[in-house]
Amino acid sequence: MKPSHALRALNGILRREMLRTLRQRGRLLAAMVRPLVWLAIFAAGFRSVLGLSITPPYQTYVLYEVYVVPGLASMMLLFHAMSSSLAMVYDREMGSMRLLLTAPLPRWYLLAARLLASVLVGLPLVYLFLFVARWWDVRPPVWGYVAVFPALVLAGLMLGAFGLLVSSVSTQMENFAGVMNFVIFPMFFASTALYPLWRLAEAGPVLAAIAAWNPFTWAVELIRFALYLRFDAVAALVVVACLVAFFLAAVVGYDPGRGLWNRRGGEG
Amino acid sequence: MNALSVNNLCHSFGNRRVLDGVSFSVAEGRMCILLGRNGAGKTTLFSLITGLYHARTGSVHVFGQAMDVNPSAALARMGVVFQLPTLDLELTAGENLRYHAALHGLSASLSRNRCVEELDRLEVSDRINDPARALSGGQRRRVEIARALMHDPRLLLLDEPTTGLDAPGRRALERHVRALCRERGVAVVWATHFLEEVTADDDVVVLHRGTVHWAGRADRFAVDLGCASTAQAFASLTGSE
Repeated sequence: MKPSHALRALNGILRREMLRTLRQRGRLLAAMVRPLVWLAIFAAGFRSVLGLSITPPYQTYVLYEVYVVPGLASMMLLFHAMSSSLAMVYDREMGSMRLLLTAPLPRWYLLAARLLASVLVGLPLVYLFLFVARWWDVRPPVWGYVAVFPALVLAGLMLGAFGLLVSSVSTQMENFAGVMNFVIFPMFFASTALYPLWRLAEAGPVLAAIAAWNPFTWAVELIRFALYLRFDAVAALVVVACLVAFFLAAVVGYDPGRGLWNRRGGEG
Repeated sequence: MNALSVNNLCHSFGNRRVLDGVSFSVAEGRMCILLGRNGAGKTTLFSLITGLYHARTGSVHVFGQAMDVNPSAALARMGVVFQLPTLDLELTAGENLRYHAALHGLSASLSRNRCVEELDRLEVSDRINDPARALSGGQRRRVEIARALMHDPRLLLLDEPTTGLDAPGRRALERHVRALCRERGVAVVWATHFLEEVTADDDVVVLHRGTVHWAGRADRFAVDLGCASTAQAFASLTGSE
């Protein structure tokens, strides 16, 4: 694989993702409105019933809006990853996935390029949300916006790789819609996106254990800590480990020798 | 050197054997018609040749490059038009071609030039900035062929390319592809179940229920089988009317 070829292919995949995203305005609008609705309505309602004691990385009592913003930013990444996977299932059903997979580059590279492109295209919206959240007095340190970038990329890649894995085992778009319901909501609600782990532990040790084993929890914490200029090493380690595991499994899923693709059969 | 060599290729989906010991070759600059009824195994064969499926038995070589050893080198010389339309409907015709060019490592300037050149050759350059969604079925097919030619492949695979086209569209497409063989020396594998797409000078491979029943020059097909016409010969091999 020549580096110039690999870079041109990555550039082409990135450009395609960008054009597709910009032309799907409804999807863009929904991606932006979703976390704002949560912030403006859900967080406002929850603020009065949920008291938050000092929880790292915060050094003092914080408003619920402050606590929930990193969780909502992670939610944006999760929804983006899953809709990107849905696009892959759509591409496969519509045939355009064949074009990507018959390019003269290693399959793992093509999948990695697609994954990276999808994450990079999703990040501007997350930043837009973080800036709009300042209106609700969620004002992390200015350098936090810089420090959170690698955390967002890493978390986005991990969630994207998970979506890629889901798309590799999903045979039809109809099935995938079900998978999304069984993946997005449990992942999001059984995590620290909306409430800290100690609150979950109060509700029940089983729920707290599920949240602690949920990779999304660690993605949220990585982003939360980075936004406040702290580094959560355990979260980073878990996110990287999950990224590697999910991606390798997805590559196997898309491998013509081993994956489901090979066993399903074509159109005749 | 053969543009394509397929040797003893077998493939199954579960217990269902769809290809059994398929072997044939295509020389440079030749037009090879892969003739078979629906379900004969043509698309599966294409999926194996392009590496979408893994061949557990047998081998595929493209200009001497084995698909299972060096798939990138084999794919770099191959242009493919799949049976199902594969244009990205969100992109324009030109963007579809440039995306493909990027996947094949072409520089931006070369990609721009070749994009106009290929669309022009297939008489759809006036639609370069139109969304693929707005093109007719025939125009989409031609854009797909232009896209498959962007990286100047020496082997072109077309899986039932005339499906959904009207008679003039079919003839025009056939004319374009035959011109590619003549003028650019491109080897073509054209999968179809339409006998009228076969001309006397073509090479023909008859695939039926996953096996090659006959292979040779089209003008020998009816003679070899002792039939009055190509249609009769095909019917006698496949048991169809």
